[in-house]
Amino acid sequence: MKTRFVNTALPVALLGILGLSWEASVHFFKIPSYILPGPWKIVRVMWQRMDLLAAHAVVTLTEIGLGFWLALVVGLTLAVLIHSSRIIERSFLPLIISSQTIPVFAIAPLLILWFGYGIGSKVVMTAIIVFFPIVINTVEGLKAADPDTLALLKILEASPGQVFFKVRVPQSLPFVFSGIKIGVAVSVIGAVIGEWVGAREGLGYLMIHANAQLQVELVFASIFWLSILGMGLYGLVVVLERLLVPWRHGESNK
Amino acid sequence: MPFSHAGKAVFYMKNHGSDSLIQVEDLSKAFSRGSDTLQVLQQISLSAGPGELIAIIGPSGCGKSTFFNILAGLLSSDSGSISLNGKKVPHLRGRMAYMQQKDLLLPWRNTLDNAILGMEIQGEHKRLAREQARDLLITFGLEGFGDRYPQELSGGMRQRVALMRTILCKKDILLLDEPFGALDAITRSIMQKWLLKVWGQFEPSILLVTHDVDEALLLADRIYVMTSRPASIKGSLQVELERPRKITKPDMVNCKEYLLELLEDELAVPEP
Repeated sequence: MKTRFVNTALPVALLGILGLSWEASVHFFKIPSYILPGPWKIVRVMWQRMDLLAAHAVVTLTEIGLGFWLALVVGLTLAVLIHSSRIIERSFLPLIISSQTIPVFAIAPLLILWFGYGIGSKVVMTAIIVFFPIVINTVEGLKAADPDTLALLKILEASPGQVFFKVRVPQSLPFVFSGIKIGVAVSVIGAVIGEWVGAREGLGYLMIHANAQLQVELVFASIFWLSILGMGLYGLVVVLERLLVPWRHGESNK
Repeated sequence: MPFSHAGKAVFYMKNHGSDSLIQVEDLSKAFSRGSDTLQVLQQISLSAGPGELIAIIGPSGCGKSTFFNILAGLLSSDSGSISLNGKKVPHLRGRMAYMQQKDLLLPWRNTLDNAILGMEIQGEHKRLAREQARDLLITFGLEGFGDRYPQELSGGMRQRVALMRTILCKKDILLLDEPFGALDAITRSIMQKWLLKVWGQFEPSILLVTHDVDEALLLADRIYVMTSRPASIKGSLQVELERPRKITKPDMVNCKEYLLELLEDELAVPEP
């Protein structure tokens, strides 16, 4: 309990110190707010323009959410297929890995062309980024089953289905969650890049728009919102992991 | 000859007659790697009657686990036969439960759910299986720990959960492969008492592999001594001493001396 308190208090304190020195430097060096506004001003804008920011945040969050589900469904399915067949593994895995050398930024204009200015292209972009860590980690997790445990199941005359659902799936869950955590951390990038390249709404769009009008406070306010979204999603995944993988939590508690 | 106490401790050179449940005859197994052939088992013969506790001792790495894997149907033998109630069978799978030195508990299952794994796989209803397991928690000294995860249990407790899972498979033959080998001496001696208690209650036939002479003497009705690789049966000893046994009793000391003599060649330090 005490370490938990310290673990929370330390970063919060550091954040406070950084914020204060930011505020102080802005005043001390007389930096104009169209170059760098102080955090206080940003927070005030966040409050004043709450409705605007929230409306755009909802759009971005929807894109992330849908993109994430798409990545999860496709990623888990593909991982199971890769695990179940050598041929699929040998043909798909190298392509999936080498596909990661293509920067998402490079194909963003194409995705806009194919999936439109609306939410579709952003969903796809998010899915493309998130999908990779989920596939790789899940494949790893499905392979991780202990050979002695598998032998035990064989002696108990378990069917392949029973081996899969009673051993392989639970065994892979911590791996899947590692993949999801990495995916969540980068999912915001996918949505924002999509909105930069072409959109009519969303926090990424708002940033570009505000930047063009030298409303730098609003740019920062959008960034703050994005980071809050990212942290919130990460927190959600951590809570889900505790619920679905309670044994792992118990282990780390020891 | 340390066997002045004939009648209490006689040694068997021949297998039992027709009353045996399991009869293994001339089982051999070789592994080949490239052009090399490694003979692991050489004409192993032994038998176990219903409800008997049989121990197999031998030096580490002599092929005891290979022998068990053949009995369990994880490996096939090159020659020889296994009979169950006088009928030849390819292996004992389906009739036996298997327990190893590693407890092999699933970390995502609590004590109860680990214990019912075998029943669950055999298609028993999960809720009913849990009820049966809950009633047995006291027998295995696990009361109050039914909903704990393996990571929260001590080594001895984990091994008792594994023993419980093995018993709950409800098979009449148990293969125990150095089940307490990873435990400290005190915990091991407690676990041996648990095993005897459970054996008395459920009366399975037990084949116990161990490299601990004391453990074999404390537990077994009959002890087979294996040679080092290629493993063959060097001799056997019928231990007809009352339980609970004490390793310091003269009869036991005699038996131990005899077994150690049999093992002596196997335990010799190889010449460089």
